[in-house]
Amino acid sequence: MALLADTRVLLGKELRTEFRSRELLTTTVVFILVVVVLFSFTFDPSAGESRRFGPGLLWLAFLFAASLMLQPCFLREQNNDTLSALRLSVQDPFAIFLAKLSANTVFLLLTEVLLLPVFAVLYNVHVLGVFPQLVLVLFLGSLGVAIPGTAFSAISAQARMRELMLPLLLLPLLTPVLIASTEATAALLDVRPELRRDWVGFLAGFDVVFLTALWLFGEYLLEE
Amino acid sequence: MTAPGFSPTGIRFENIEKRYGGLYALRRVSLEVAAGECVAFAGRNGSGKTTLLRIAARLVRASAGAIGFLGQAGDRADALTRIGFVAHATMVYDELTAEENLMLFAKLQGIADAAARVAELLEEVGLLERRSSLVRTFSRGMRQRVAIARALLNEPAVLLLDEPSTGLDPEGITWLANTLRQARDAGRTILMSLHGESEISALATRAVRLDAGSVAADTRARSDMHAILTFAGA
Repeated sequence: MALLADTRVLLGKELRTEFRSRELLTTTVVFILVVVVLFSFTFDPSAGESRRFGPGLLWLAFLFAASLMLQPCFLREQNNDTLSALRLSVQDPFAIFLAKLSANTVFLLLTEVLLLPVFAVLYNVHVLGVFPQLVLVLFLGSLGVAIPGTAFSAISAQARMRELMLPLLLLPLLTPVLIASTEATAALLDVRPELRRDWVGFLAGFDVVFLTALWLFGEYLLEE
Repeated sequence: MTAPGFSPTGIRFENIEKRYGGLYALRRVSLEVAAGECVAFAGRNGSGKTTLLRIAARLVRASAGAIGFLGQAGDRADALTRIGFVAHATMVYDELTAEENLMLFAKLQGIADAAARVAELLEEVGLLERRSSLVRTFSRGMRQRVAIARALLNEPAVLLLDEPSTGLDPEGITWLANTLRQARDAGRTILMSLHGESEISALATRAVRLDAGSVAADTRARSDMHAILTFAGA
């Protein structure tokens, strides 16, 4: 249970440092709002168009937000070589990943939940009736973005062209998550809302597979 | 330093090699450091000092060779409990207070009564009154004090210090020398990389010069240490 105890301590550190500086959340929320508002004014969509294109635009905005959010995740640990201090302290290095991907998921979800009302107003879609199901899709989709995103953030932090490396590695890999999340969201925002179990199942499967891979090989990603 | 809560131990390097692609950072380095010894590693930039210390801390995996504690196995889990490491960087979070930093690492290291141990160390490094200040508001010398306190949290038997006096003013260097003297006198094994002679190098009971990843000189004779630490004749 040392893994869970260490993860809890590290997650506390991640949340405390972020809520103290609000560096990532402020940047991401502002950026994502600008994207959604700009799309809304550019397309001026009808209700039908919103239901068709809205989910895609929404997840595209989330993806941009995630790429902004994930980049500094391990980069920040390099400033004072704090990653080495963590590696010297934890029993299982997987705790470092688990804490970081949990924090990234929380930050992403927070951004998404803040954005939802704005999206609902600007795109004239009803989200209240399907809110719990929507949160489930947002959670599974965000986790699907955060797990490989955290892993690739660890890899790219040690690379020379790190700013380029993360999107280059991450975006192709996230295509299936984006398709599944968009389809599941579109089904929920439809005139006859439905929780598509096939897409939700796919997202859950994706999360489990990548979490297992990270558990098996994560330690090697942290080595110098 | 507090009464030893550790069992003194030495450390052994056996034919350690580290390659980055075709480039050798270390070539067949073999050393046996006895418990309680204080070894100063000298050498030009890129001679392999930092790599050797990071291998000893299990932060870098050696390409070949073995490392262990004298008379014991010394796997990663064992190393975590016996080693304290101070790197060139401070290894603490600027956005956390001195106390929060130490509590974080104390909890991760599973230290019993973490709060008491942290308070004790903050007092030892002279930061008890500034314990609630964010580390980013500290001077370099104060940050280094937090770094040393972090390295001492688990009562390490082996202290690894990579250029520990970097950025310290003369007063800070004197403080560090006193702290390390107490650690050495308490029986801790100390391995430190240094540039030139100082109050800190005067604590060494042995000097080793690395040159292009190999051991070029190794002495316990005080009369020879000056030449090794200043690269005279290198």
